[in-house]
Amino acid sequence: MSIRHIRNIWQYKDFIFASVKREFQSKYQNSILGAAWVVINPLAMVLVYTVIFSQVMQAKLPGGNPSFAYSIYLCSGIFTWGLFAEIVGRGQNIFIDNANIIKKLNFPRVTLPIIMLISAVLNFMIIFGLFVVFLVFSGQFPGWTFLAIIPVLLVQIMFSMGLGMSIGVLNVFFRDVGQLFTILMQFWFWLTPIIYPITVLPEVLRPIVLNINPLAPVIMSYHTILVDAELPDWSTLITPLICSIVLCIIAIRLFSRHTHDIVDEL
Amino acid sequence: MSTIQVSHLGKAYKQYPSPWSRVAEWLSFSGKARHQAKWAVRNINFTVDAGECVGIIGTNGAGKSTLLKMVTGTTHPTTGKINIQGRVVALLELGMGFHPDFTGRQNVLMSGLLLGLTEAQLQELMPEIEAFAEIGEYIDQPVRVYSSGMQMRLAFSVATVSRPDILIVDEALSVGDAYFQHKSFDRIREFRELGTTLLLVSHDKGAIQSICDRAILLDKGLIAMEGRPEEVMDYYNAMIAERENQTVRRETTTEGQVQTISGTGEATIAEIALLNEQGEQIEIVDVGQKVTLAITAKVNQDLEELVLGYVIKDRLGQSVFGINTHRLQQTLEHVRQGELIDYQFEFDANLGEGSYSIAVALHTADTHLANNYEWRDLALVFNVVNVNKELFVGVAWMPPKLRCTRE
Repeated sequence: MSIRHIRNIWQYKDFIFASVKREFQSKYQNSILGAAWVVINPLAMVLVYTVIFSQVMQAKLPGGNPSFAYSIYLCSGIFTWGLFAEIVGRGQNIFIDNANIIKKLNFPRVTLPIIMLISAVLNFMIIFGLFVVFLVFSGQFPGWTFLAIIPVLLVQIMFSMGLGMSIGVLNVFFRDVGQLFTILMQFWFWLTPIIYPITVLPEVLRPIVLNINPLAPVIMSYHTILVDAELPDWSTLITPLICSIVLCIIAIRLFSRHTHDIVDEL
Repeated sequence: MSTIQVSHLGKAYKQYPSPWSRVAEWLSFSGKARHQAKWAVRNINFTVDAGECVGIIGTNGAGKSTLLKMVTGTTHPTTGKINIQGRVVALLELGMGFHPDFTGRQNVLMSGLLLGLTEAQLQELMPEIEAFAEIGEYIDQPVRVYSSGMQMRLAFSVATVSRPDILIVDEALSVGDAYFQHKSFDRIREFRELGTTLLLVSHDKGAIQSICDRAILLDKGLIAMEGRPEEVMDYYNAMIAERENQTVRRETTTEGQVQTISGTGEATIAEIALLNEQGEQIEIVDVGQKVTLAITAKVNQDLEELVLGYVIKDRLGQSVFGINTHRLQQTLEHVRQGELIDYQFEFDANLGEGSYSIAVALHTADTHLANNYEWRDLALVFNVVNVNKELFVGVAWMPPKLRCTRE
């Protein structure tokens, strides 16, 4: 990332914003409910999990308001995981999906991940905004503690982008990587305390999950903030932060080293 | 001042024997290459001055697209350097970034942004784009209801809305109907007059010769020839006809012009001359004069069939008239080795003033593409002068009978 890169991006800022706008428009332009689908999808998911886990399987959460606690627990995990999954999922195909313009036009390729990031974050903000509104109205809003969510989100976004872009570059050359990661994401979801509290795991498994999964402390921090209305244990976020930085460095190196080969390979 | 400077340019694509060898290469610490470099173009050197028009010619796979993609900056050269001064617009891929569900106006915006313009600039240029494309109310309809011609009109209008310093045009580019074709080429010509450097990719002799100052012929990734458009086109034509054991050679005539001779040599042109009615050899022809083109062919090998053709070209190399003995229904059959065949074409030189050349070919059937025994460009050069006719312009003498009535 040199000055030239940044100037390039700045010159294409209108393109970036127009692309983000177009992405939203094209997704909902021909549907009657339009942007409502952004919300309906995750709501359905939350509903399914709430019914199955809290009612059918009688999941019990320690403390909190029994009527809403589980839903809040679920939402804070699912929506943030959703952001992670979207960035990684779209990141891995970002160059392949745009092969047509990459091969034929000269423009800063780095704008593509930026467009993807902005629209993923916007999508997330719509859903999460509604969730916050719900928190406020149900009297569950954690107050000033809520602001603690911002640094956690930043770490998570860095982590997602670093991972997504690394896979995105690799996927151009080795298509297996994309396939593999789609499967891996399934396991990852269930190895993260999103729909279950970490306490349901047997004592012996807990440290393993927490140690091999840098996203676990991130998601658990959201739980602490939103369910318990307490500040997270910042020290648990050191490992995720280091992972994020390493991934971002790998991603930038992969991208700058192979950006010319990408054009030839696609 | 040069706008494009290309030195030692080469592009190789990596070819891996198997997907695993790429993994091995990426992971190896020694950095040992496990791919084979497949060179698309190699060692290309040329410069183009500001305002010049250069034609790029070559058969499919000669490396034209790779070269142009490097000029536009889409792909990076493996070796060498390209220096470019100014903004490049390529009319090779029109309509990139068009989305069928969006209106023409929205797509114009997107496509323009992708070309590096800003939104404010595009808003300002929008009326001009709309006016040039002339697609009327369709501008506010989704592009999916457009005809392909309308899409091209719109795409061309966006791409050329502001004058670039360098314009790359594919001559085969068909932009809508005949009317819009003319309109778009007028715009290209106008850019050129204002100082835009033009790179024209084409197979069309006429276009290259009438517009370009220079031509570059690419063959198998190398520059096979660079020079005046007529010379390069002649060489190119000879090259297409090239087959095994066939040679292309170029000879400089006594007048200093370069003659391209190609062919397999089973039959050759022994003599060629332009004669007047008295049978004397001439080089100056009067407008409308009765002349005879006398050609002697020598047969070097027994042949089933022999056809002789000739084309008269003007000084720009544009064909004025051409015909062959096959079309004249006098194809010779079973010619024997050692035979000398005399051809006499008698005609009125109804040509305008200027310099003309004659290209001759010995072949079978209707064209020199099947069997090309000998093809000789600039086999003969003559001048036409106007001695006793009215003053007129153009390459053809078509004297009209005038009837003029007044009430």
